[in-house]
Amino acid sequence: MTRLLLPAACLGLVGSLGAQVTTAPPLATAPALTLPAVDTARLPNGLTILTSRNDEVPLVSAQLLIEGGARTAATPPGLATFTAGMLDEGAGGRSALELAEAVDFLGASLGAGAGWDNITISVSGPKRTFGEAFALMADLVLRPTFASADVARERAARQAALLSAKDSPGQVASRVFARNIFPAGHPYHVDLNGDSASTAALDSAAVRTFWHRTADPRRAVLIVTGDVTPAEARQWATTQLGAWTAPAERTMIPPAATIAAAPTPATRVILVDKPGAAQSVIMIGAPGVDRESPDYPALEVMNTILGGSFSSRLNDILREQRGYSYGAGSGFSWRPVPGPFQASSQVRTNVTDSSLAVFFEQFRRIRDEPVDPVELERARNYLVLGALGDYETARQVAGAIGTSVVFGIPLSRTAEELVAMGKVTAADVQRVARRYLDPTRLTVVVVGDLATIRPGIEKLGLGPVEVQEY
Amino acid sequence: MRSILLTLLLAPPLAAQALSVPATVDTLANGLVVIVHEDHSAPIVTVNTWYHVGSGSEKTGRTGFAHLFEHLMFMGSEHAPYPQFDRLLEAAGANNNGSTTEDRTNYYESGPRSALALMLWLEADRMGWLLPTMDAEKVDAQRDIVKNERRQSYENQPYGKVADVMPPLLYPSGHPYSWPVIGSMADLSAASLDDVKDFFRTWYAPNNAAVVVAGDVTRAEVLELARTYFGAIPRGPAISYPTPSQPTLARDTLALLEDRVQLARLYYQFPTVRAWAADDAALQVAAQILTGSKTARLTKRLQYDDQSVTFVSARPDHKKLAGDFGIIAQAKPGVALPGIQRAIDEELQRLASEGPTAREMEQARNVIESRFLSRIQTVGGKADQLNGYFYEIGTPDGFDRDLSRLTAVTAADVRRVVARYLTGPRAIVSVVPEGKPELGAVRREVTP
Repeated sequence: MTRLLLPAACLGLVGSLGAQVTTAPPLATAPALTLPAVDTARLPNGLTILTSRNDEVPLVSAQLLIEGGARTAATPPGLATFTAGMLDEGAGGRSALELAEAVDFLGASLGAGAGWDNITISVSGPKRTFGEAFALMADLVLRPTFASADVARERAARQAALLSAKDSPGQVASRVFARNIFPAGHPYHVDLNGDSASTAALDSAAVRTFWHRTADPRRAVLIVTGDVTPAEARQWATTQLGAWTAPAERTMIPPAATIAAAPTPATRVILVDKPGAAQSVIMIGAPGVDRESPDYPALEVMNTILGGSFSSRLNDILREQRGYSYGAGSGFSWRPVPGPFQASSQVRTNVTDSSLAVFFEQFRRIRDEPVDPVELERARNYLVLGALGDYETARQVAGAIGTSVVFGIPLSRTAEELVAMGKVTAADVQRVARRYLDPTRLTVVVVGDLATIRPGIEKLGLGPVEVQEY
Repeated sequence: MRSILLTLLLAPPLAAQALSVPATVDTLANGLVVIVHEDHSAPIVTVNTWYHVGSGSEKTGRTGFAHLFEHLMFMGSEHAPYPQFDRLLEAAGANNNGSTTEDRTNYYESGPRSALALMLWLEADRMGWLLPTMDAEKVDAQRDIVKNERRQSYENQPYGKVADVMPPLLYPSGHPYSWPVIGSMADLSAASLDDVKDFFRTWYAPNNAAVVVAGDVTRAEVLELARTYFGAIPRGPAISYPTPSQPTLARDTLALLEDRVQLARLYYQFPTVRAWAADDAALQVAAQILTGSKTARLTKRLQYDDQSVTFVSARPDHKKLAGDFGIIAQAKPGVALPGIQRAIDEELQRLASEGPTAREMEQARNVIESRFLSRIQTVGGKADQLNGYFYEIGTPDGFDRDLSRLTAVTAADVRRVVARYLTGPRAIVSVVPEGKPELGAVRREVTP
């Protein structure tokens, strides 16, 4: 190996070195993970403020997380996401358009959305106008309008979006997958955004009642990141959200532990017809695992080997070796009420059955054989060293803090879990695969051209085959 | 070290910041450009490599080849045979990917700084020693995967067929922007191992590439590694780049697609100007004023006043050889496209005759400036943009120059470019539910 260190100015003048370096260079010592420092404060009304400073760019972002997402007891389904979407359609005496203009004028962005567990109101923008942008966010929290005409407009938009979702085979597969994995009564049975019947039932009164019962400072956490000090964050929160009071009646949020686990029936196949489709969408899975499980680190390593990275077995075989697909993968949806484990791919129509066979072969293989030491080491490093890039931006830091809030897990646990992932053994991988990935208790959803693919799928004998409409 | 230098001047709010992402440029003897941006705020690094070739350099009959070639770059090289590229990087905790546009092909590796040498070595090995392990089997394998990508991203997606139909409506036959980057199935089938070798020798030479390294590194260590790994790669032959002109349309061109969709969609595409041409910046500001926010002209009119669409978006696409400006509107259930067309045409005409208000201009400027700040939060984002500016204007740190030309745009400029480019003939594609051609858009009988 030829190595020359030259003053930079000479570089352009020096000729080719002529020798090629034929072996991969060794890795340098891995840097250590430094988790962002977080300052905690609380206002008298119960609002928690978490601040983490990163002044690399003069931008600030604030996220208000309020417990009470789509899995609350409130009905109809889709109410939480719809209400969140209504917050910036008029607030503080401004119409949707006036609000948008005010936000744009500050060079800021403001929006709200809901997941299964929380409603999140986010504002970000340049440091110098952030106080004003934050005041607009407070309008959304404390003074939303929910005018009937605005609700009607957004309801029509949602109906159109639900209609449009039927055109996308991936979205159809996701919805059919969820409603079959989780039985009626389970929060995940219906989509986050509900369906057309539940959307038709949304009106201004339902939205207003839900918001008044959900917007509770005692259930809220304000995460402020970027070019900001804890004192500034407290100051904005006190000025704009200090007068926020708790509602007399609160939205009922069933504790995660009280949600009955979804059943795991014997493996079955659900088909949805999409005549003439060039590809079939495959989703295979089961109810997932509790994030608090001590098996979490081993499950993450197991999944990285199975379908959680480019070199994973599913992607390597379905894409690289067989050429059936553009990509394949798997993953656990970690949520307080466990989301599903899911393996998926979109495959060429005429190899749908062969692809299903590959999935099941790989499920069995990771249970039956210990993983190769090189494969194991690669997966551990991919997770542990890859985490070094997880805290680069204020947005990523806010996301990590938000995740820790949602699970009630301190941020410092991340470092401990990464250490644990680095120590996962081949025996651990095999043990968790055997315990949590049972090929005899999976739900298979395939959206595709049934006239072509059904006979081959039936021949596989995976389990009973049923056709559903969507 | 703070990676962003902000100089506060005496000026109105926001319009006050000189934006800089400092970067050094060095050229190796073989012509490879090495650009370094030091950012020590996190222990990570990105290696971002651009080859100055995309589908714009393809020939009729071999469309999609630049993108197919991008896939082949992951199929192993002499000293890192397949599948070592991905496996070594994953074992180092790094991610990687590549992408192809009309004008360039990029590749990146991103991960802990401890993987810097590995990233550069792998990138060098496939720049210098790709062909010794290339064979017809590998070409066949990636051809199949690209075909799957085409199925997944276009053929099995609602509205996906527009990607094939729109380009030839706007660009004349033979113009390299008259086909989609992904190419056609027939041309992908036709690509041979000899095509691969020719393409590599022509375009994948160090003198047609630039490597940006951004992150927790020093210029000295990067240059030492770059010289060690890339220094032995010979310079390629002189390159002649394509030089097609900016096309215009004499009259509206029109296509109607009946597809398995619930909602009709209207696609407009106007010929404009190439990137960094005099009117490029004003067209970007015009897009912001048309659909950049809820109060933007088309969004307010169609989504809030008429309530005829579920969304509308305008996007200037300023490429190296030519530019175009797209507007997409998705109709509410049952709404016919001609009514949406009329509303869009009216708003464009109004903007062309009256121009934007002072407040609209200020709002647009603030949003654009804010977007610039957001784009420089990650080393990956900065690295790709540094490479983009280097390719387009010959200097990586083009942030301030780019922002300055955008903030210098006046209301009169916006009025003028809308009148000149967005009220004349355009390519029109309607996608309507099967059996409902009557919902489709119409062409103007007489062009203004």
